[in-house]
Amino acid sequence: MNIESQNRLLSRKLAIVAAAMFGFGFALVPFYNQICAALGVNSIEEKDQVVNTQVDLSRTVTIEFDSNAHNMPWRFQPTVRYITVHPGELATVEYEIVNVRDAPVTGQAVPSYGPQIAGEYFKKIECFCFTQQTLAAGETRRLPVVFVVDPKLPKDVNTIAVSYTFFEVAGRGGKS
Amino acid sequence: MSSVAHDHAHDHAHDHGHGHHGGYGGIMRWITTTNHKDIGTLYLWFAFIMFMVGGAMAMVIRAELFSPGLQIVDPDFFNQMTTLHGLIMVFGAIMPVFVGFANWQIPMMIGAPDMAFARLNNWSFWLLPFAALLLVGSLFVPGGAPGVGWTLYAPLTVQMGIGMDLTIFAVHILGMSSILGSINIITTILNLRAPGMTLMRMPLFVWTWLITAYLLVAAMPVLAGAVTMTLTDRHFGTTFFNAAGGGDPVLYQHIFWFFGHPEVYIIALPGFGVISQVIPAFSRKPLFGYASMVYATSAIAILSFIVWAHHMYTVGMPVTGQLFFMYATTLIAIPTGVKVFNWVATMWKGSLTFETPMLFALGFLFMFTLGGFTGLVLALVPVDIQLHDTYYVVAHFHYVMVAGALFAAFAGIYFWLPKWTGRMYNEKLGQIHFWLTMIFFNMIFFVQHFVGMAGMPRRIPDYPLMFETWNKISSLGAFGMGLTQLLFLYIVVKCIRSGETAPQKPWEGADSLEWTHLPTPVPYHTFETPPVLK
Repeated sequence: MNIESQNRLLSRKLAIVAAAMFGFGFALVPFYNQICAALGVNSIEEKDQVVNTQVDLSRTVTIEFDSNAHNMPWRFQPTVRYITVHPGELATVEYEIVNVRDAPVTGQAVPSYGPQIAGEYFKKIECFCFTQQTLAAGETRRLPVVFVVDPKLPKDVNTIAVSYTFFEVAGRGGKS
Repeated sequence: MSSVAHDHAHDHAHDHGHGHHGGYGGIMRWITTTNHKDIGTLYLWFAFIMFMVGGAMAMVIRAELFSPGLQIVDPDFFNQMTTLHGLIMVFGAIMPVFVGFANWQIPMMIGAPDMAFARLNNWSFWLLPFAALLLVGSLFVPGGAPGVGWTLYAPLTVQMGIGMDLTIFAVHILGMSSILGSINIITTILNLRAPGMTLMRMPLFVWTWLITAYLLVAAMPVLAGAVTMTLTDRHFGTTFFNAAGGGDPVLYQHIFWFFGHPEVYIIALPGFGVISQVIPAFSRKPLFGYASMVYATSAIAILSFIVWAHHMYTVGMPVTGQLFFMYATTLIAIPTGVKVFNWVATMWKGSLTFETPMLFALGFLFMFTLGGFTGLVLALVPVDIQLHDTYYVVAHFHYVMVAGALFAAFAGIYFWLPKWTGRMYNEKLGQIHFWLTMIFFNMIFFVQHFVGMAGMPRRIPDYPLMFETWNKISSLGAFGMGLTQLLFLYIVVKCIRSGETAPQKPWEGADSLEWTHLPTPVPYHTFETPPVLK
């Protein structure tokens, strides 16, 4: 084999490696999701399992509720600003969403917590953030969050801020 | 040597006049050239221009940070400057400067007549100016350049204006150029070595580039994938990085750093190669532990693919993950330590002289090792969680990027300039350039360790009053370092135009093929008949 065809052969092999690595970047997406599912991290859309329902009456925790609709035609707010609970106690709050657009809109809520470490102790049994919500034009809906604060919550955390942000899901149930 | 020069004239006088360059003259010569030396020169000048552009942006950053409060630029523009400074220095300056060295040196060091794909080589280079235009041009579109940081993290990138799209295309083009260049380099090294030039006889610079090129082929496409996902998230309704649609912004960080950590070694390894040529030459001893250098370089390259998440300890990964990435990262200290040991052992009992290339190599050795140590500090999870996104990190990566890669590039330029041009640079001015660069560099970045440990966050145009003194020192150092590089430009231009004629072999201890088998200055075409190696 002469040197030109050797060169061409090698360059073709290397081009295949480059193309495969481009694909590998995309393969990381399902791989990442599988890893997260296997390790149980990043499961914002899943119901938490509450095992210990022992109520710790010796301390109280203030839960503050915040809400945002990110570039969405929704009015979105909690019906109470904050509540006070004992760790281990079952509590329910409601949020109200109003779709002010004259067309149906689908949104997905993403929770976040302050301080960050409180997230893993805030156990949601029912939440509107578990599924996408589709509201008809002008519809108003009241949606519950049922939760338990894990009694293992570190002692120095007295207040947890729970913030939900709704993002519009493009192309589903409405224009975007 | 003289016999080789004679052979060359004899072989090629009939089809090329001495020193003539094919069919075109003037600007068309440079646009159409397929000669590895011309293309190497183009890469080097391109890198220098981008170095100046990126440097000017650093001056804007340091001018704003000279005093607390906002005085010169608004925060948006400040963010655009930090973003473009990073992108331009990494992709526009440091990577092209080493591709320039590769083009000039690899064919001469392995006894090949040119690169394997000469026309592709031309195209690899000429993609770069267009990418640079897109990057710099993004400053002038509505909304300006992206202000997201050079890492282009989602979700900010999904929200930016059209400057972001220009940047994404620029990254695509830069990636394309690097991949094509790497395929060319690998093919050249594997297929075009002169008879007798076995892999384990290659100069270490060629070895480091072979490994770097493999890293580029494996890592750059992953970055292309990441920015493509950003592009489709922005315009085509996909939700790779959008939590609302089931995606995750943290996923972007994983994909980016899967590219990003090998990229760190893509920048560092060719510099290691240059240093491994310079230190033996000025120690007048062969490189200590050649084989272990090759294995250490390969080990660094392989490890670089399994340490990426140390850039993102704070995203909320499980402790097992943090531990894995911490141990894998600290493992890299072993092959890196082998290299530093070998460089020091090369100098042990050598007959050292301290011309400018050696000064830069020694500056590299001291400063890069310091940057390596702060890297080890940052690799430790509990410490990193404190130092994440502070100026300590900025200090760390500038110690390895500037005092590592850039110092190695300066060492290489002073080392090979006499060979390329046939003229000597002014040794005294070269040494002044070194000392000024060294002093100003440490003025800029050493103090940033202190403000970082005290908690000053990076990428913010304002800071509390207590950091003012250190920031003033840092900014003054930056202005000094910027001006010093004009001296470098003067030294190089002066050398090319009116330097003293270089001796046949300016560096006594240099022993690779370009020094032993070719005349100074090197003719336009070299090794059209392969050299005979004993």
